[in-house]
Amino acid sequence: MDNTIVATHDIHAEEHHHVSLPQHRHHFETAEQQREAGTFGMWLFLLTEIMFFGGLFFAYLLYRNWYNPAFVAASNQLSIPLGTANTAILITSGFFMALGVWAAEVRKQGLLVLFLLLTTLFGFVFLGVKYVEYAEKFEKHHVPGASFDISEFVNPPINQKTGKPIEEPLSPDMARKTQVFFSLYFAMTGMHALHMIIGIFLLGWLTWRAQRGDFSSGYVAPIENFGLYWHFVDIVWIFLFPLLYLINRHPGS
Amino acid sequence: MHISPVLWQFLVKWLTNSALFPREASTIAPYADALYFFLLLITIAGLALVGALVFGFSIRYRKERNPVATQVEGSTLLEATWTIIPLALFLVCFVWGALLYFRIYNPPTNAMNIYVVGKQWMWKAEHPGGQHEINNLHVPTGRPIQLTMISQDVFHSFSIPDFRVKREVIPGRYSTVWFEATTPGTYHIFCTQYCGTKHSGMIGEVTVLTPEDYKKWTEGSTSGMSLAQNGERLFASMGCNACHTGDAASRGPSLAGVYGSKLRLASGSEVLVNEAYLRDAILNPAQHITAGYAPIMPTYQGQISEEGLIDLVEYLKSLKTNYRVQQTLTTSESNQAAPMTPGVVKP
Amino acid sequence: MSTTSSTIVNLPDQRTATLPKRNYLNAEDGLLSWLLTGDHKRIAMLYLISITFFFFIGGIFAGLIRLELLTPQPDLVASDTYNKLFSMHGIIMVFLFLVPSVPATIGNFVIPIMIGAKDLAFPKINLLSWYLYVVGGIMTLAALVLGGVDTGWTFTTPLSTHYLNTHVVTTGLAIFVAGFSSIFTGLNFIVTIHRMRAPGMTWFRMPLFVWSHYAASILMVLGTPVLAITLVLVVLERTIHIGVFDPSLGGDPLLFQHLFWFYSHPAVYIMILPGMGVISEIISTFSRKRVFGYTAVAFSSVAIAVFGFFVWEHHMFIMGVSNYSALVFSLLTMLVAVPSAIKVFNWAFTLQKGSITFETPMLYAFAFIGLFTIGGLTGVFLGSLGMDIHLTETYFIVAHFHYVMVGGMLMAFLGGVHFWWPKMTGRMYPESISKLSAVTSFIGFNLTFMPQFILGYLGMPRRYHAYPAEYQVLNVLSTAGATVLGIGFLMPLIYLTWSLKYGAIAGNNPWQATGLEWQIQSPPLTENFIETPIVDYEAYDYEWLAHKTEQEVTTVG
Repeated sequence: MDNTIVATHDIHAEEHHHVSLPQHRHHFETAEQQREAGTFGMWLFLLTEIMFFGGLFFAYLLYRNWYNPAFVAASNQLSIPLGTANTAILITSGFFMALGVWAAEVRKQGLLVLFLLLTTLFGFVFLGVKYVEYAEKFEKHHVPGASFDISEFVNPPINQKTGKPIEEPLSPDMARKTQVFFSLYFAMTGMHALHMIIGIFLLGWLTWRAQRGDFSSGYVAPIENFGLYWHFVDIVWIFLFPLLYLINRHPGS
Repeated sequence: MHISPVLWQFLVKWLTNSALFPREASTIAPYADALYFFLLLITIAGLALVGALVFGFSIRYRKERNPVATQVEGSTLLEATWTIIPLALFLVCFVWGALLYFRIYNPPTNAMNIYVVGKQWMWKAEHPGGQHEINNLHVPTGRPIQLTMISQDVFHSFSIPDFRVKREVIPGRYSTVWFEATTPGTYHIFCTQYCGTKHSGMIGEVTVLTPEDYKKWTEGSTSGMSLAQNGERLFASMGCNACHTGDAASRGPSLAGVYGSKLRLASGSEVLVNEAYLRDAILNPAQHITAGYAPIMPTYQGQISEEGLIDLVEYLKSLKTNYRVQQTLTTSESNQAAPMTPGVVKP
Repeated sequence: MSTTSSTIVNLPDQRTATLPKRNYLNAEDGLLSWLLTGDHKRIAMLYLISITFFFFIGGIFAGLIRLELLTPQPDLVASDTYNKLFSMHGIIMVFLFLVPSVPATIGNFVIPIMIGAKDLAFPKINLLSWYLYVVGGIMTLAALVLGGVDTGWTFTTPLSTHYLNTHVVTTGLAIFVAGFSSIFTGLNFIVTIHRMRAPGMTWFRMPLFVWSHYAASILMVLGTPVLAITLVLVVLERTIHIGVFDPSLGGDPLLFQHLFWFYSHPAVYIMILPGMGVISEIISTFSRKRVFGYTAVAFSSVAIAVFGFFVWEHHMFIMGVSNYSALVFSLLTMLVAVPSAIKVFNWAFTLQKGSITFETPMLYAFAFIGLFTIGGLTGVFLGSLGMDIHLTETYFIVAHFHYVMVGGMLMAFLGGVHFWWPKMTGRMYPESISKLSAVTSFIGFNLTFMPQFILGYLGMPRRYHAYPAEYQVLNVLSTAGATVLGIGFLMPLIYLTWSLKYGAIAGNNPWQATGLEWQIQSPPLTENFIETPIVDYEAYDYEWLAHKTEQEVTTVG
């Protein structure tokens, strides 16, 4: 018995669709369908990621409301120059990623590899800066846990010129809440850094495939989709930076 | 016919314990049961309706009787019916449930307050008169009782099924529940929130007494010191009275009569001073600075047990004038300064 | 309406049917061809085997729990062991059985075929899902072997973060990993349903099974990551003592409850929605009639998914949340009950004017309707604020969610497995013994959980190792029921395995169902369709099917 739905359908009509590209998967009717599905899947995945970070942002907003002075004081401990530099670095990295997508679309293999390498490089620089920042927190005992030290918030160092503390001193109970800030700081930036690290691994793999010539014949979906991921990671940072670093920074303070 | 003894025993047990509903031993219980019966009625009616439809159609339209199906698209009218009627019923359940919820969780103002501290794995009750109980709670009939509860460690939940009341007991914040017992007797207290190894051992009994018996019990089991008296001692020994002297010039605000008042905070907001506020202000003073005072009070987090906090809160609640504060201040500093003569007679 | 055209030709090909020479089962040989497969049907079978394994592990724990509760005294096992039993039972059943049960097995198998696709959009990600599931499962087993975990499946902080010395971190990470399996399955379904439909397969021609999976997939994709991050925070809090949920450091344990239930309530719908899809298929097929009010049933799935996200606080009514937020969440809870009611009545009216037969899947579907009605309506008890105070955290809630999860989802799963078994394996299950098992499970189930409703109203708290003696009679009944239920669940395992070799050959369409999956050979080819089908009929169009069959009979005969 015939298995097909429409028995009169011409079997050879569809043949020419198949295998226009070596990367075309057999279960897609057309390469266009495959590409659309891939992009759609990536957007859905990013939606998942938004919910993932959303939980952290929700916790952040709650505690920031409750313990605002502690959040302000702890936020002042973060280095704005390093944060700003990292923002710039990450945006640059994203810029090269966008160029990479362009290079793949116009089928320039050499440029694509170059841009992917630059993207990776700036990703590494970002992580390096992050490492410096984390190391400083370890030295100052600002990492949550048994060795967490609040003395700097209770008795802030004295500014030599003015003779006044450089920060508004916190009462001990409020100072303890800085630990909540740093917990969230490490959880949020750590999660972000983890996404960067995963991204860098993927970049390495994509670079290898790019130099092999996989993306030189118009098949650019992996590059495009990774580009979406990388930009998403950038955007998360664009939110993290003001929320964590710039709580109390405004002209004159 | 011979019935096996085991089965016989089982049947006897079944008949003697065949309770399908718990006892009604509080003023709230009949209200809860009324809603329960209403919901039960809806459930049985709904089930009967669905059952009748499924079985009715199954018999009427089984293949032997109805070999050919008639295709029907749907019916907006029917579908609207079974959207609107359930919705209406559910809304009734919602309103009724909400009314009951507010009744159970809003204590009357004249309620007698008893503190309950939950810890792994026991319930400690503290009566204002200083009676302490473990896994037991004595209350009189005919009087609303409010329980102010807190946990020392993990989430617990205080449940008295025969009163139809229950509330989560949470670490770090007071929760309250109230009831008015109607029938003398003993009733189960359960911890219903899973709290670790001996969760099922965190049980106790409410002993409901007639007012006369209750009076006897309070007199017979008092430790001699009321909670407020304990709190007063603690107030002096922790050095609270060094700042909260009650003088206009003192470093801390006067605490006399502060309970129940509206307080303006340094942050600009206005709060109602209740038990939870007082407890929190002792532990996290920085968030509760009274307007006009400097944030100099140290935190007492980790230095006072929950029972101690309850004593302090009770003391502050009872503090109507500053006379006693100054009195204790004087006695505690009597080796440094000459005693002053109080202006009023000691009560 | 012509009456002759809708006459169903009685199982036309079953007697003459032979197993097709080429099918997905024998397309490639060897273990590796299974472990590295991209074929959604093979992955579905891998899932079926693994979730069955975990179901019986979880079931053994359930049996031990019931055995312990036979007597009021804590006599069979120690308290710690008992706590581990119910924790592992919950964790395994929820995360390793119920969440993937219908979607990852039946859904994986039939969704691509139902919409006329050759595979899911991302076959490799589909395989990755299974591997993540297996890794999560192995980690759970590892935690179990190393000594278990006793947090309860709810991981309540600060108990889980500061007070227990069991394998919370391992289990938490296991669920994290299994969660990503669920996310990827949901993602795959959504993309497949959006992008892979065959020509002519419009949204409103899709079987309701696909609609319900679409709704459940949305919940998987949006809800699961919140659980993932919550578990990460729990693990961090336990290992390096960050202070997000710890009240002594200024954290708020209620925040954990909010985040956890933000996933875990929608998770309930992740579990039940696919089951509802199964029921729609079965009821329609065995009454030979289009589902009554197709559009209403389709949209009610979506409505459940949407409302499902905004009711999580009803797990926290007694936890000191603000009275007014409790009001809002109670109201929303009542609203989410309405689409379920709509579905039940639509199924009931699908029977009307049908031509009904009572094969095993239909019996399971009837069981589902009855038990789900009870489960759903007792949910209204719990959504009603004042009633919730007395009933929550007692056996009432245990009975309620078992009515929905076991009485609903598991019955639907078993119904679905029986229904699609001929398609999956090419062979029929033995009809009479399977009917017996359906009836046995139904009776056993009610005997197990009906007494628990009464126990709950009497006040017996859940998760109690020992209980006051007056509750014993009902507990004995419940344990007796559990024994019957256990037999009811073991029987399919045995006869379905038996039927793999000895079952009658099924033929393409033993039920005369209308879905695309029934128009191809059983078991299907690896590529499902020899050529892309063009869909020119509505879902559940039995007249189209009769017409088609008639033509085939005339051409063949």
